[in-house]
Amino acid sequence: MTDLAVNHDSDLHDGSHDDEHHDHPSDWFYIKIALILAFFTLIEVGTYFESVHNAPEWAMYAVLTFLMVVKFVMVGAYFMHLKYDTVMFRRVFIAGIVLAIVVYVIMFLAYNRFGFA
Amino acid sequence: MAITEDRPLALESGEVVTKNNRPLGALTRPQSDVGWASWFTTVDHKKIGIMYGVGSLFFFLFGGVEALLIRIQLSQPGNSFLSESLYNQVFTMHGVTMVFLVIMPMAAAFANYLLPLQVGARDVAFPRLNAFSFWCWLAGAIFLNTSWFLGGAPDGGWFAYAPNTSATFAPGNGMDFYAIGLQIAGIASLVSAINLIVTVLNMRAPGMTLLKMPIFTWMMLVVQFLLLFAVPVITIALFLLTFDRSFDANFFNVAEGGSPLLWQHLFWIFGHPEVYILILPAFGIISEVIPTFSRKPIFGYPFMVGSGIAIGFMGWGVWAHHMFVSGLGPISVAAFSLSTMFIAVPTGVKILNWLATMWGGRLRFNTSMLFAVGVITMFTIGGLSGVTHAVAPSDTQQTDTYYIVAHFHYVIFGGALLGMFSGFYFWWPKVFGHKLNEKWGKINFWTMLIGFNVTFGPMHVLGLQGMARRHHSYAEADGFTVWNQVVSLGSFVIAIGVLAFLINVVVSRREAKRNPVEMGPDPWDARSLEWSTASPTPVHNFDKDPVVQYQDDWWHRKWGTNDEGTIVRIAHPEDIADDGSNTNVHLPSPSYWPLVLSFSLPIIGYAIIFSLWLLIPAGIMFLAGFVGWALEPADDPEAAHGHDDHDDHGDNHDAATVSVGAEGASVD
Amino acid sequence: MTETAVASEAAAATDHGHAHQSSGHDTSTGISNNKLMMWVFLGSECLLFGALISTYMLYKERLPDGELGPSDVFDIPFTSLSSFVLLLSSLTMVLALSAISRGDYRNFRIWTLTTATLGAIFIAGQIYEFTVFYEEGLGYTTNIFGSSFYTLTGFHGVHVSFGIIMLLAIYIMHRQGRLNQDKAETVEIVGLYWHFVDIVWILIFTVVYLFPQPESVL
Ligand SMILES: [Cu+2]
Repeated sequence: MTDLAVNHDSDLHDGSHDDEHHDHPSDWFYIKIALILAFFTLIEVGTYFESVHNAPEWAMYAVLTFLMVVKFVMVGAYFMHLKYDTVMFRRVFIAGIVLAIVVYVIMFLAYNRFGFA
Repeated sequence: MAITEDRPLALESGEVVTKNNRPLGALTRPQSDVGWASWFTTVDHKKIGIMYGVGSLFFFLFGGVEALLIRIQLSQPGNSFLSESLYNQVFTMHGVTMVFLVIMPMAAAFANYLLPLQVGARDVAFPRLNAFSFWCWLAGAIFLNTSWFLGGAPDGGWFAYAPNTSATFAPGNGMDFYAIGLQIAGIASLVSAINLIVTVLNMRAPGMTLLKMPIFTWMMLVVQFLLLFAVPVITIALFLLTFDRSFDANFFNVAEGGSPLLWQHLFWIFGHPEVYILILPAFGIISEVIPTFSRKPIFGYPFMVGSGIAIGFMGWGVWAHHMFVSGLGPISVAAFSLSTMFIAVPTGVKILNWLATMWGGRLRFNTSMLFAVGVITMFTIGGLSGVTHAVAPSDTQQTDTYYIVAHFHYVIFGGALLGMFSGFYFWWPKVFGHKLNEKWGKINFWTMLIGFNVTFGPMHVLGLQGMARRHHSYAEADGFTVWNQVVSLGSFVIAIGVLAFLINVVVSRREAKRNPVEMGPDPWDARSLEWSTASPTPVHNFDKDPVVQYQDDWWHRKWGTNDEGTIVRIAHPEDIADDGSNTNVHLPSPSYWPLVLSFSLPIIGYAIIFSLWLLIPAGIMFLAGFVGWALEPADDPEAAHGHDDHDDHGDNHDAATVSVGAEGASVD
Repeated sequence: MTETAVASEAAAATDHGHAHQSSGHDTSTGISNNKLMMWVFLGSECLLFGALISTYMLYKERLPDGELGPSDVFDIPFTSLSSFVLLLSSLTMVLALSAISRGDYRNFRIWTLTTATLGAIFIAGQIYEFTVFYEEGLGYTTNIFGSSFYTLTGFHGVHVSFGIIMLLAIYIMHRQGRLNQDKAETVEIVGLYWHFVDIVWILIFTVVYLFPQPESVL
């Protein structure tokens, strides 16, 4: 038997890496995630109203950034299935994110922290 | 569907396919894969690779003529051979052409042709997207060059510093052509990068683990990742420029608080990885050539791979060394100065590995090997002058002088281009079935090498003497005349070298036709999988899917060790290589739509520059291409099995197309 | 065994296995080509939006005194509503995918159309927002804030619009019977894109709208 067939046989019935048939969370689970996301968004919007406006600026930045990152990770992990899918997707995506953060933060520093511009 | 290709590579017979031979109800799908017309609809990675190669050589002549015009102008002090304005256009287009229309597509030619073969696949992961990349690149290239006839070519230099590119300081259409033309070429690069990344990661033959892949495949993989992440940065930069010029935005408008420095940052965040995008393919090529002609495996394979990846990573942290004189501030300058010095380390590792590969090897100095050794030597010179730029005070002195011009030509001509020529001589028999002539090859090599050094060597001196680049002329009293004349002389010697290559192509082809030599599938006794199939490569690549056991697997099938530990031949390539006789392979079908879709893009470009009314035909063409593509299955069962009936779900199909009926059932 | 026989055997195997046709059993990693392509593309998009967001942030700080700025035009309650709409569309998107994966076509159609509609509402909100800003004096060419704000949010809007087109495309394909449970992966890939666009809005909403702004000039 040739490799052609061997190739097919070995791969075809091996469902172990058939990602989309992983036991995906239930719809109710997704709704819970969405509720949590909505809750965080409410907090974010809440920071806008006068009562918290007197908080120091760094605290505002810290809270907002934290909530933003949490929301980001939750959408990525659950809605985009990164938590359940193969590690390669995670790597490629995180490579893009990390590279973007590093490069643009350096650019920003070169302007605003160390630059004359 | 449109967004993704359903059956990215439905190759073996019996794949499940939806039959729809008339996607728009009118046009019949192209079926033929022979004849001149087939080149326009092909999705075969080999044909696309050849087209990239021909296209890049064509524009190489363009860029070369532009270079000669520059050198004629500078051969005399106070010359007026070219007007100031024309001179600006010529040097800008020389740079843009050589970077985006020559070196990058030439690397794409090698990548397209070789990556699927080297990993043991039958095609790339997305054959139609591959065709789209090529046509898109060609559309961008043609668009860019039509600027010569439509009000003047770009004249702001290849890195197009703001605010010189604003509508105020560059009133013609040239910089619009630059911004939009590179945008279109950028789409091509991005799509191709995604395609090749998926190909290398996902289409490897059984047993071909990442650390068994040939170095060329590895280097091209790194390049595709660099493109993947670098192209979007210049995409944004070019959009900002277009919006500034065409829609009066304020990004680089200093009067409104816009920052020209932002352009420099964005451009060089793309631009420095771009340098590695240009050079790593050549590194990959000579990493295949040197082991073959030294008859030794590559020295330190993991270090070769590791240093390539390291270069890919570190290449993102050095971009501001192009901006030392832009007022970055001492801390930024110091930081980027250091990181630039560090990036020389992995490059040095590579050079040592090539030398160690040759050390003690049985060297065969044919043309391909000569070019490869040329890369090592010339690139080392360019690399060393590059380190002098990492020293910020020295760089400050040299910025915008001919010293810089000398440096990057040693890297890009002496490194990237010579590497490509090494690859031409090496893979020519694989692609065309006959070798290039060695006598003409040696003439080609030595004239190019000597011409190159006569041209770019003296530029170091001119730069240190203070001759500024991009100046239309110089005065007699400057004392630049003698060296400039040497440089101009050298440039014509290079031209003769290039001519020798073209003559070689013709001579070798004639000779092969008149007097065919049976050279077998593997004329160099090479090491990687592409040599395990017939030359020229059969349309389906491999008769049967290769199974890989070793790094340099093909070599290990030919050579083994006897009891005394000496290497002995265990098989002849003619006996074990595929002869290309398997005709029962279902290949992806040709398609018009990549061509239609990609050539709508330059029309959109003309619309932005000249009249928005053009958006109507462009939009129609774009939509037609898009919808046609979406409705057309990635492969066509009719083509491979020779049925004429367009009757779906027919039960008269042979065993190989049984699955078509199954698909029909699930559709209903 | 001849090649033909092997091929037909492979065909027979493919016959009942074709539900997973595009889920990548033929690939060396076992990962689907299409899904990998989308993820690689999204990795690239990070640098695209990164450049736009940094341009915006940089130019917000460089805005000359006395120019119309963020706090003069932003209407946070309105934009918050848009943000909720987009967030909700991410939920309906996963519900659509979950429906088609279990062969529940009725719910798939409902959730797909709901997602597209929510996206359209978001775009309508953006157009309304742009119109209001324009009437308040902030044009695309007014100053660097205008240019960078409209470019960033415009790019995002174009992405959302493209997502809506893809959603409608999968809906039509489903109606034509060309997209069913066995092609759930296509829906998943469109979903990945859609969620990514939502993620980008999470960033934009925080960084552009909610981060503390310089005082209003009006
Ligand atoms: Cu650099």
